Amino acid sequence: MSKKSKKKFKRIDGRAADELRPLKIETGVVPNAAGSAYIEMGRNKIIVGVYGPREMHPKRLSMPNKGVLRARYHMSPFSVDPRRSPAPSRRDQEISMVLGYALEPALFLERYPRSVIDVYVEIIQADGGTRCASVNAASVALADAGIPLKDMVSSCAAGKIDGHLILDLGDYEDKKGEADVPVAYMPNLDQITLLQMDGILTPEETEEAILMALEGCKKIYQVQKEVLSKKYARPPELESTEEKTEEEGE
Amino acid sequence: MSAKFESRDIVLPGDLLYEGRARAGDNTYRREGKIYATRIGLVDYTGGRVSVIALRSSYTPIVGDVVIGTVVDVELGQWKVDIGAEKEAILTVNEAIDRPFRTNMNLVRILDVGDTIAAKIVDLDKRRTPILSIRGRDLGKLENGFIVTMTPSKIPRLIGKKGSMINMILKETGCHIIIGQNGRILVNGPNREMEDLVTTIIEKIEAEAHIPGLTNRIQAFLKSYKEKKE
Amino acid sequence: MSSGIVSRLKRKKVLELLEAGTRMDGRGLLEYREMTIRSSFLEKAEGSAEVRLGKTHVIVGLKAGVGTPFEDTPDEGVLMVNAEFTPMANPTWEPGPPSEAAIELARVVDRGLRSAEILNMESLGLVSGEKAYILFIDLYILNYDGNLIDACGAGAIAALKGARIPSYKISEDNEVSKTGKTKKLKLRRHPIPVTITKIGDYLILDATAEEEEVADGRFTVTFDEKGNVTTLQKSGAVGFTLDEIKKCINIASEKAAEIRKIALGK
Repeated sequence: MSKKSKKKFKRIDGRAADELRPLKIETGVVPNAAGSAYIEMGRNKIIVGVYGPREMHPKRLSMPNKGVLRARYHMSPFSVDPRRSPAPSRRDQEISMVLGYALEPALFLERYPRSVIDVYVEIIQADGGTRCASVNAASVALADAGIPLKDMVSSCAAGKIDGHLILDLGDYEDKKGEADVPVAYMPNLDQITLLQMDGILTPEETEEAILMALEGCKKIYQVQKEVLSKKYARPPELESTEEKTEEEGE
Repeated sequence: MSAKFESRDIVLPGDLLYEGRARAGDNTYRREGKIYATRIGLVDYTGGRVSVIALRSSYTPIVGDVVIGTVVDVELGQWKVDIGAEKEAILTVNEAIDRPFRTNMNLVRILDVGDTIAAKIVDLDKRRTPILSIRGRDLGKLENGFIVTMTPSKIPRLIGKKGSMINMILKETGCHIIIGQNGRILVNGPNREMEDLVTTIIEKIEAEAHIPGLTNRIQAFLKSYKEKKE
Repeated sequence: MSSGIVSRLKRKKVLELLEAGTRMDGRGLLEYREMTIRSSFLEKAEGSAEVRLGKTHVIVGLKAGVGTPFEDTPDEGVLMVNAEFTPMANPTWEPGPPSEAAIELARVVDRGLRSAEILNMESLGLVSGEKAYILFIDLYILNYDGNLIDACGAGAIAALKGARIPSYKISEDNEVSKTGKTKKLKLRRHPIPVTITKIGDYLILDATAEEEEVADGRFTVTFDEKGNVTTLQKSGAVGFTLDEIKKCINIASEKAAEIRKIALGK
């Protein structure tokens, strides 16, 4: 074990073990949606559009005592190589469910009986860790839509390759590595809302991987915060030294 | 100090706003003795209450609100109206006309699918369905003009304290404006130029509502617009 | 294309403005919104184009693979066009298999490319009756604000023009393998669709979602650069007079040239 750590560990794209891929988030990218966000995490390109809360059709799918969160994860045919069919696959359906579980704890669904909040995720280009990137964008899109949230949700995956624990797996590491542990987290409430694992890890490694992923989630939360607050930062030319109290027209 | 921010700071959902005893106001929630923000907005600590003035909000129907909606269905004795809320609203015949309802009445002749109405929310039923009425001044079918939308939480800025903002706009543009609390605004002007001006002002308010000095800026904008014309 | 509910108020206002020679956003009746196209920006697609036409936002992806040619054209490559109306693009759009409107969009763009014989399909054959290039063009609608046909038609041309498809070598026993090199597609022509929308007695170009909602019908004309009409499509439950059709064809022939420049990145 010590021999391995002495040898310099290099990831396929040159990153350090605990380094995130370049991350970019934008809001308001789908004008028709109530809220939206675009994310680039490494080579992932993902758009999320949110609608609601709104009347649910068909009525029989609605719930009498709380609203329904309908998350739909879908990959465009040209997001991967070779092309995949536009029809939803079983993997799409599983990830849709898991995405829903990741976001629902942050919502006040009991306020919207018989209604639905639709979260539509479209993967434009996939490169490993799309479910985590989707959670990050969906959380920002929900805030952009003005839907009340208990907390933001931030998500990142940890894993293992060549015996080393790593953060934010790219496609290659996802496929060739020994383990993949995606995690989603509500940073202010300190709660994990998504946790999956594929691969082989000892219980100690598992715990380490989760801790590593949580560190990644916290870093991503800072980016989400920055993007949302920057949108409302005052442009310098509008700084007014005369602040009249009659402004407050509430 | 138990306040975690300065008044008027921008806060995000999940931000811890206050620790300790205080009333939890709009767009906040309380958990284990702490108050958190639920929407993006400006935190406000005045009056012993912790609240957030939301910069982005979905519309929550409140009894008494005037709203603008589109008729989406005609049923027996009532219409279904889309007001952009989590439930479609209901307008019964009793709340639309003075005559009593008779089953052979052709509702479509009163209001049809595709009609736009200004209505008041008179009740929320036990399923939180908004119940509307168009009996009242300035309510009913809208025949002229077009709709501009705005995030519902910024509507108060369009109205202004004691109507100062909207009255200024009405006076300077000569447009007829009906403000829906659901973020839909009907504009009908004497000419296209004035209608465009109102649309531009509404867009400006949407973009700058959270920056102090708004009324002054809109005033200055209108002034320079008039000067440019001369 | 919307839920089918037409706002009376909207239609009245739109017609009022048309009568005055203008539209809701101040454009002239035959004026296009700004169109921008960025091509070859996706790494996992052999070709791609992102089109913004006003608030209409579309991504066209081109994937090239190897598959079985059709039985009746054993020496030709295969071109397929598919349209996806993503549910986020419009409040009334729901997830599910392609709607009528999505199928019509894909077919009109497809026919525009095919009739113009944009590609030499025989050059895309590999092993007669067994292997050929299969080209998929996916029209992905991300935000709907009208005029999807023109946006997708121009996007398809941009995606095809910038595409780099893998080269294959064919062994003695007809085994097909990649050479590791890529090559561009030879486009013989660049057909561009122009859609004219009819509202009342008025003919307009580049309709927004609002205008399409209140429209009576529309007519798409696809032109190649030689000035030939390669596709016609009349849509909507309303009649057009011959005079109107002629007007549409004239209008389209002028506009097609302008849009082609944007699609080809000039």
